[in-house]
Amino acid sequence: MAEFLMPILGADMSAGTLIAWRKKPGDVVKRGDVIAEVETDKGLIDVEIFVSGVLEKIVVQPGQTVPTGTLLAIIREEGALETAAPPAPRPVAPPVAQPEARVVVPPVAPAPAGRVRILPLAKKLAAELGVDPSTVEGTGPGGAITGEDIERAAASARAAALAAPRAEFDREARMRQTIGAAMARSKREIPHFYLATTVDMDRAMRWLAEENLRRSVTDRLLYGVLLIKAAALALREVPELNAVWRGGQCLQSNAIHVGVAISLRQGGVVAPALHQADRQSLDDLMQNFRDLVQRARSGGLRSSELSDPTITVTSLGEQGVESVFGIIYPPQVAIVGFGKIVERPWSVEGRIVSRQVMTATLSADHRVTDGHRGGLFLAAVDRLLREPGRL
Amino acid sequence: MTGDEIRGAVLRVLGEIAPEADLSTIKPDVPFRDQLDLDSMDLLNFVIALHEALRVEIPEADYPKLATLDGAVDYLTTRTS
Repeated sequence: MAEFLMPILGADMSAGTLIAWRKKPGDVVKRGDVIAEVETDKGLIDVEIFVSGVLEKIVVQPGQTVPTGTLLAIIREEGALETAAPPAPRPVAPPVAQPEARVVVPPVAPAPAGRVRILPLAKKLAAELGVDPSTVEGTGPGGAITGEDIERAAASARAAALAAPRAEFDREARMRQTIGAAMARSKREIPHFYLATTVDMDRAMRWLAEENLRRSVTDRLLYGVLLIKAAALALREVPELNAVWRGGQCLQSNAIHVGVAISLRQGGVVAPALHQADRQSLDDLMQNFRDLVQRARSGGLRSSELSDPTITVTSLGEQGVESVFGIIYPPQVAIVGFGKIVERPWSVEGRIVSRQVMTATLSADHRVTDGHRGGLFLAAVDRLLREPGRL
Repeated sequence: MTGDEIRGAVLRVLGEIAPEADLSTIKPDVPFRDQLDLDSMDLLNFVIALHEALRVEIPEADYPKLATLDGAVDYLTTRTS
């Protein structure tokens, strides 16, 4: 048996609200399937499962808010399908806020105490939809609960789960609190050092203009994609920056999953991952980046996108910011910042010319690396952006 | 298409990109970027949606002409006539 837990989607998450199950008991699930929707400060997240098997039992019902790490469901793993015994009872972490159970007495022919009158098909449906019949008022013969009653209750629970957190909390204030806590922890625990360099963007911007000139509207690239790809490729040269700090040690990642900071319309920021960004073509990166921004702002990020980043890239140039001095997002060990592209006088072989330049910065963890290696990283970013055709 | 139809199409697309915006308060001569806090991804989505809705090709060099409501309507009226 495997446990499906409330995931930790970043250092600033302590609890989540189960909004809906996408699978029901008895359904086959495959590794990577989205099986639940969870509401966090970062919005509605599609939570994936990382084993294959059968959804054996749902433990947490829609509408319940539980701490990270709480058992949400039990999965009978693929290899155990033939021989599995029913799961042993297991203590479950209490929910943070549980809807009040309500046993409704049928108006006619009351059921014996402790029993709920329910039609057989409705009982089956209740199990499938994760509805507790004791909370449902029956409208069938003798007050029995019908299938329609169960469907109505399931729809109502889902609507309440979606509405309640918004009504109870000011999301933006909550997000500010959680970001503040994570950043305070970062500044307290991580010995940051900061580096900056000026990058010549002239070739990159000219290459991009020429490239976009021959592309249709739907296939054009944003310069931000060049920055993400350059940072990802530079990490191959200084791999210790592509890591997480856990259990008192640095765990370097083989895959380069770049978290891209995306501001949300309702306030706050998320930094979901562009997986294996160094291996993606610019076209794929652009398409995936566009999709990520759209889902970050409208709901539908996947849990792995929030838990996988191995470094963060943030770009504030569009807001007119020239230099970004980022705070590392734990458990990552570095954050890269890009500022505004500005036109400046630039010395080239003894001549002063006009150049488009940008300040690139690195905030990194001194427990993992030092200024020399950080400088090599920024030099690699600069070099890569001077050869945009090779990105 | 008439100017009013194009204005309607532009506002509908803006509403999809910035659903929280009150489109009735949009100032026609002030850049969308300043009024709606749009970033480059929003503006790219804006251009793509206009391209798909009105079947016009919009070169990147013309993006500045779409910066305001009045500018966008004028530009697209010319391109669709």
